[in-house]
Amino acid sequence: MTRQQRANLVKGLLFISPWAIGFAAFTAYPIAASLYYSLTDYNIFEAPYWVGSQNYRDLASDKVFWISLGNTLYMILLGVPATLLAGLGLAFLLNLPIRGISLYRTLFYLPSILPEVSVAILWLWLLNSQYGLVNALLALIGIQGPGWLVDPAWAKPAFILLSVWGGSGASMIIYLAALKDVPIQLYEAAELDGASPLQKTWYVTLPMISPVIFFNLTLGIIGMFQYFTPAFIMTDGGPEWSTEFYGLYLYRNAFRYLKMGYASAMAWILFIVTLLATLVVFKSSARWVYYHGELK
Amino acid sequence: MHLSPERVERGKLQSWGVPGLVVGRWRSRDRQALLARGLGHVTLIVLGTLFAIPLAWMIGTSLKSDQQIFTWPPVWIPSPVVWANYPRAISYIPFWLYLKNTLYIVLLMVTGTLLSCSLAAYGFSRIRWPGRDVVFVVLLATLMIPGPVTLIPTFILFKTLGWYGTFKPLVIPPFFGSAFGVFLLRQFFMTIPQELSDAARIDGCSEWGIFWRVITPLSKPALATLGLFAFMGAWRDFLGPLIYLQDERQYTLALGLRHFLTQHGAEWAMLMAASLLVSLPMIVLFFLTQRTFIQGITLTGIKG
Repeated sequence: MTRQQRANLVKGLLFISPWAIGFAAFTAYPIAASLYYSLTDYNIFEAPYWVGSQNYRDLASDKVFWISLGNTLYMILLGVPATLLAGLGLAFLLNLPIRGISLYRTLFYLPSILPEVSVAILWLWLLNSQYGLVNALLALIGIQGPGWLVDPAWAKPAFILLSVWGGSGASMIIYLAALKDVPIQLYEAAELDGASPLQKTWYVTLPMISPVIFFNLTLGIIGMFQYFTPAFIMTDGGPEWSTEFYGLYLYRNAFRYLKMGYASAMAWILFIVTLLATLVVFKSSARWVYYHGELK
Repeated sequence: MHLSPERVERGKLQSWGVPGLVVGRWRSRDRQALLARGLGHVTLIVLGTLFAIPLAWMIGTSLKSDQQIFTWPPVWIPSPVVWANYPRAISYIPFWLYLKNTLYIVLLMVTGTLLSCSLAAYGFSRIRWPGRDVVFVVLLATLMIPGPVTLIPTFILFKTLGWYGTFKPLVIPPFFGSAFGVFLLRQFFMTIPQELSDAARIDGCSEWGIFWRVITPLSKPALATLGLFAFMGAWRDFLGPLIYLQDERQYTLALGLRHFLTQHGAEWAMLMAASLLVSLPMIVLFFLTQRTFIQGITLTGIKG
């Protein structure tokens, strides 16, 4: 290493040192510690007690754990696609040459920036089975609205409704940027070949924005595993565990029952599932994601 | 108005918008475009209304009397308008104290994030040192780590340090950077021509001088974007204060609001007023900084 290189190394390291210390203290160490805690019984007040794989075996026979996993999968299979499709649909609409676009964009996006607590309280009131607006609107068209948050069959759909309202705007913005980025020449070429608008969407637009769809999907899945605040505030897992999501059960084990080891095991399972989900999406993406680079 | 078919180019034709106005050649493609636009308009109005209803309902409810809240069928416009719900909400919780706590935490978090992230971003973009790109990949990889994995050990660490029940667990970590912030600023720093640094270096400027007097002043838009994100994140944060704050006098607005809910579950007018008050800074900030904000979102893909 030359003197210059060494000097640069020192300077570079000095500049990144705040992040590097933070990485060691708040990322690297916690990951290692989390693995260790997941193999212990630990209630914070007494020293961690080594139990080996016991926590993981307990989880396997923990009914609520499986319920929380099932609830989360339900949201991943229905809630995530609903939000993503709504975002995509809105982006397509807003990509039309229509007056007042920025007004609509603001309107759809606004719910995403409100504090989750405010949104949760608002929807608690909207979904009130007796006096809530949602059921009032349903009554207008002659439908007797369900009990929503107090009915185990309707509690999860209620959260899907909430996430479409509160989350589709955020993905819409990202889709919209991607739509604006599709080279106009591709549409012109397709038109010359006699493509209908539907064909243009299917053969040009969707492939071109597929990296963004893939990105939003991965983020959606990862986010759903950590879904916490709205469920914590609105139902706290009820009724009958129907909204006990993975993130909520993890929180409950750690901070309410003080089963830090048990919760750490859950966190590690989450870590592995996240890695796998990312990997699967990445691997399969070769089949359905086009990157601009590959076209050239 | 004379419109000969020759003078009507496609773009012009579309901009009239009203089919009846257009005389002359009517190509099917134009008709299709108009139809799509018309349908788009209608769909947008319907969906826009659906999206706006909850917010309108929130505002309406916050101004209703208790009787009107439980009226069936529901009324949209409160009569009389009960402004008193707002002062009532403010005095039911120690609003000003919570606001002070929130602002204190938010300001420290924003300052810490901007300082540490800009330093690290400089080290990752403006100085070439052996191993830099490998370390940067590590930084990017940390973006994928789910929060709950680090949550518990970090909590235990802070508790051992005696930080539990203080603001420290919330305000100190931002001074040690965030992968997202470093990434965002690095992207921007890379676009600044290297010649500027070289010129400053020839003039005898130190590396710190280049960072502080050349790069950061040029990066105001990027710093503003990150600052905005940090502000929003800190203002909305719920889990952090929930875990680390013990004493009610330390609560933030978001946390206080939740507490308020369990105490006054039935007083919806007051709850809506309080929820709106906590949301208001976000709404105002969004309207003031829309452009920056949306650029930041699309640049980074981070959702609000």
